[in-house]
Amino acid sequence: MKKEINFTLNGNPVKIEVMPNEKLLDVLRDRLGVKSPKHGCGRGECGACSVLLNGKSIRSCITLAIEVDGQEITTLEGLEKNGMTDLQKSFLQHNSFQCGFCAPGMTITATELLNKNPHPDEEEVREAIAGNLCRCTGYQNIIDAILDVSKKE
Amino acid sequence: MNNFDYAKPSTIPEAISLYKKYGEKAKLLLGGTDLVVMLDDGVIQPDIVIDLKGIDELKKLKFDGEFLHIGARVTFNELIDSEVVKEKFPILWEASRTIASTGVRNRATLVGNICSAVPSADSAPALLVCNAIVVIATDSGDKEVPITEFFMGPRRTILKPGEIVKEVKIRASNKKFGGSYIKLGRYDGEDLAQVGVATTVNEDKEYSIAFCAVAPKPVRAKEAEEFLKGKDLTDEVLEEAAKLAVKAISPISDIRASKEYRLYVSGVLVKRSLKTSLARMNGNGPKYGERLV
Repeated sequence: MKKEINFTLNGNPVKIEVMPNEKLLDVLRDRLGVKSPKHGCGRGECGACSVLLNGKSIRSCITLAIEVDGQEITTLEGLEKNGMTDLQKSFLQHNSFQCGFCAPGMTITATELLNKNPHPDEEEVREAIAGNLCRCTGYQNIIDAILDVSKKE
Repeated sequence: MNNFDYAKPSTIPEAISLYKKYGEKAKLLLGGTDLVVMLDDGVIQPDIVIDLKGIDELKKLKFDGEFLHIGARVTFNELIDSEVVKEKFPILWEASRTIASTGVRNRATLVGNICSAVPSADSAPALLVCNAIVVIATDSGDKEVPITEFFMGPRRTILKPGEIVKEVKIRASNKKFGGSYIKLGRYDGEDLAQVGVATTVNEDKEYSIAFCAVAPKPVRAKEAEEFLKGKDLTDEVLEEAAKLAVKAISPISDIRASKEYRLYVSGVLVKRSLKTSLARMNGNGPKYGERLV
């Protein structure tokens, strides 16, 4: 039943045998040691497990690992390979996170937004992160940080 | 999640023959935003999951001058990003933007949405008022079914094992028209609709009205449409149309809203949607995608 899949994880090739019913989130966290994606709701609603699949944010908790065969996955670990990104620095500056559980997912989603639309307005930022829940309800500082970095350069 | 086998065929005939072989014990996978949740909950326990994402022809998103063809693999974000969808099929564009969140819309497909056939399917009212056609691949060739005949009930469609929806197609209107989709939820962001209403108006004073989340399946309000035909939208006409429209629905009470509230607010939203559609046709309405509730 196990099948071998090959994919790119944060720029590195990965070869691993998975069961068809293994979820991407579990394979990343429990088998590959990539811990930034978090298990929040487990149903695709909270965004804590967000990763980039070929540059687009997806929910790794409702994606089967076997589906990413041949694809490219980027997690927070991949984004900060060469040190903190401007977005992360802005989050830090704005004290955007309290407990930090939503931070990896927020960062992934905001990174996708800024890649697609480097200068979003507040409404566009709010719309983009609407699927990333923060239980500490620190949304305003998160939005400020994203807007701040979008105004630079 | 129970154990299952996984197949990723690269052609439709291959997918059909696998699907026929396993019958009810097979499930089709597109974006998985619904399916994987159901697998995880154990609500479905298939022997095999057939992933359709290996079939290239299902990626088609094309306007041929007459029809918009939306292949089974086309995601909601691809619809939202499409200029031709925004320009020629603005109701569908507007409805697509109300679905879940961007991380879900990067995966979730319109075809998957209608095949899941939940009563609150946000794409359904827009497809109903546009008279969309569902193109179904079978082992004896393709067949076309109007969307009005596609839904059977909660999570039930006319599809049988071995039948695969390959695309949805929508004819572009050659008349001046306006439309709107209003989704009422408990909060902005990711929630299922309490009520969803789509309407269209055209220069010949023909109207269409459809709902989701207020009946066992997405429905058209035919009686109200007949009544409206040829009429101007005066306050009295709108009042009567709203009354007739809610006769087409049979909402339930659930965690999102009571039956009574849904019945009441459906009438309110029909009026608002019709007025918005008319204003848009006349060029003085809110832009598509703008907040309507």
